[in-house]
Amino acid sequence: MKVNKRIKIYLYTRFERLWHWLQALMVTCLIITGLEIHGTYKLFGFQTAVTVHNFIGLTWLIMFAFFVFWLFTTGEWKQYIPTTQKLFSVIRYYSWDIFQGKPHPVQKSTGAKHNPLQRLAYLGISAMLLPIQMITGLLYYLHNDIPQFIPLSALANIHTLVALFLLNFLIIHLYMTTTGHSLFSHISGMITGWEEIYETTKIQDWETKATKKG
Amino acid sequence: MIHRYLIKLSLLIIAAFTIIIFFKANMVYAAKTGEAPGRKLAKQAVKDSKRWSTIDHSKVDALNQRFSSGEEVTEACISCHSEAATQFHKSIHWTWLASGNKNDIRYGKAGLSVNNFCISGNAMEDKGCLSCHTSWNKKGVQGVVNCLKCHNTSGFNFEEAFTDIKGFSGDDDPEIVDIVKEIQEDVKTALVQIDFPNRKSCGDCHFKGGGGDGVKHGDLDTSLVKPNRKLDVHMGIDGKNFTCTRCHTTTDHNIAGRIYTNPAVEKRKSLIEDDLAPKITCVSCHSNAPHKNDSKMNDHTDIVSCQACHIPTYARVNPTKMWWDWTNAGKMKDGKPYVEKGPFGKPVYKSIKGEFKWDKNVVPEYYWFNGSLTSATIDDVIDPAQVVKVSHPVGDGTDPEARIYPFKIHQGKQPYDKINKKLVAPLLSGKKGFWTTFDMNDAIEQGNKTLGIPYSGEFDYVQTTYAFPITHMVAPKENALNCTECHIRENSRLANLTQLYLPGRDKSKALDTIGWLSVIGAILGVFFHGMGRIFIRNGKEK
Repeated sequence: MKVNKRIKIYLYTRFERLWHWLQALMVTCLIITGLEIHGTYKLFGFQTAVTVHNFIGLTWLIMFAFFVFWLFTTGEWKQYIPTTQKLFSVIRYYSWDIFQGKPHPVQKSTGAKHNPLQRLAYLGISAMLLPIQMITGLLYYLHNDIPQFIPLSALANIHTLVALFLLNFLIIHLYMTTTGHSLFSHISGMITGWEEIYETTKIQDWETKATKKG
Repeated sequence: MIHRYLIKLSLLIIAAFTIIIFFKANMVYAAKTGEAPGRKLAKQAVKDSKRWSTIDHSKVDALNQRFSSGEEVTEACISCHSEAATQFHKSIHWTWLASGNKNDIRYGKAGLSVNNFCISGNAMEDKGCLSCHTSWNKKGVQGVVNCLKCHNTSGFNFEEAFTDIKGFSGDDDPEIVDIVKEIQEDVKTALVQIDFPNRKSCGDCHFKGGGGDGVKHGDLDTSLVKPNRKLDVHMGIDGKNFTCTRCHTTTDHNIAGRIYTNPAVEKRKSLIEDDLAPKITCVSCHSNAPHKNDSKMNDHTDIVSCQACHIPTYARVNPTKMWWDWTNAGKMKDGKPYVEKGPFGKPVYKSIKGEFKWDKNVVPEYYWFNGSLTSATIDDVIDPAQVVKVSHPVGDGTDPEARIYPFKIHQGKQPYDKINKKLVAPLLSGKKGFWTTFDMNDAIEQGNKTLGIPYSGEFDYVQTTYAFPITHMVAPKENALNCTECHIRENSRLANLTQLYLPGRDKSKALDTIGWLSVIGAILGVFFHGMGRIFIRNGKEK
């Protein structure tokens, strides 16, 4: 197998990293407190769990507004446009090729931070699960302040289901960070901003078409 | 182009959300410090608690005489308070009928209503009940109003004094005459201390309803004559030291409170909304958003009553009766009626009444309650195969006036007419009563006659329940319930209540299963994927 020289590129800006880790922290806290409110276990005490959950939830909403603003003003939203190109080779990679030491079919680059599978997953999360979670959460929070057009049970049940889906994502996401060339290379990329890629990998045109400047 | 509109639309939605959140967050964090609004309002409502009066009864001529009967005292009262008796004759404390119309005898102690204690007042024919009636000498509505029944604050026993005086009357023995004079002086001294009713005045009947201390209510017993703050924040002598009438406000001798099926108030209104409203509800003084602004508690008040959380248990000092079974009443020991004592030093069996169970510090049962209670009468047909609800809260989750409210449910077994399928009203006291004859069949015959309801001559016992709203014995705020008394999957205090989604208690089984399967699936997936990678070292040769 041919070994390519690895180089580091600056992939994640400061805001992006801040948002990512803040989001990670908030999601973790929200899931832990949320499941306590749901009655799954006793940990901080119901009242504390509710207070913390509400506070973080509201913080999340405000932070998310900044994220969306950043996404659209920088044009980074185009990174989430789904594509079927190479989607199946990525799926094949993770389910088969990875066990044989074959290289990843799609390399990261400034113009294409996410592989096609990631794009699909992140789009689903950012455009579907998170908005559902934020809307149901906000309506739940404001249940006594605004006309109640959705029953609390529906809001709560959807909110719980999506939370569990997000927990599912979190588990897979955490695991996937270990699939770089070393166990922690993806994580260190998200901490420092610099991600290691193979020098010789040619970035395909279709990958960067949308984000190409000029 | 489309993108641009999408961006604008998104930003607009975000802006709208942000405004809502900031507004709410502002409310949340603005008033974190300081007193809860409900306390502030309530303190203001009662700050001028010193009552003032323009009368000193010791200087009133009408009272400066030697009384030899209760009726004479009442006459003296009325000589100034000309309308007092007229007003009082129309009140339920006199008529013992829920309706103002005295021909409507459906609901009331003196009417067809029954309970599962001493069962019926038998149209005031059961003289045993009349020791609590507000007339002189147990004469009921035939008698003269006994003002001192409620307004005596001296503790002096007027009834006994006048019985003694009557006993001595006609005796010319100078020693006896002196004794009578002495008693009459005592009467006078006690009489001029008349005042508004205090806790003991009301409690003499209401703490001992059903024939003894704490028998009926559970949240009303003699521990409230001099309660501490911990037992009752309002009445506590080391707290606000309220009398009953502080909340049970009065017009024309009609005292605010629930009357059989009628709620105490139609709507909960604060004094800010209506300063002439009776102060009978918590909301009157505390408003319907009494907690600090940052408190989720305020979101509860549309469906949870204040009492539900603020009265953690009832009968916290004295025990209360929970069960009364008439079935075995009438057993004799050596041919004589007897009493058997049990836990708390309370009777567990009385020949005249049957078997009892008592309990202390009892966790209430919770029901939707709009202020009305059903009230069974001996004219209602029952289903003896079921537990008969002699009294039960009305309301459900869809009723905007209904709240989740704590109750004492008193259970028992009482006689019913097997043929007519109706509860019956045995006569208890007096020569023909059960307590003398120990013949239940005859007691029912006698008792039903007083109310004009036919009796078939055959009876059996049926299990019944009777509901008392728990509203007194409000604990200090630090003793209010924790969230997880209700917001918990197992053994929630509200386990029996439907028509609401209770976070922590409720879940959708289907959705939860789907969600957790996806989580377990993810864990198993990454586990096997990872094991695979470790096992074949990512396909790399060493």
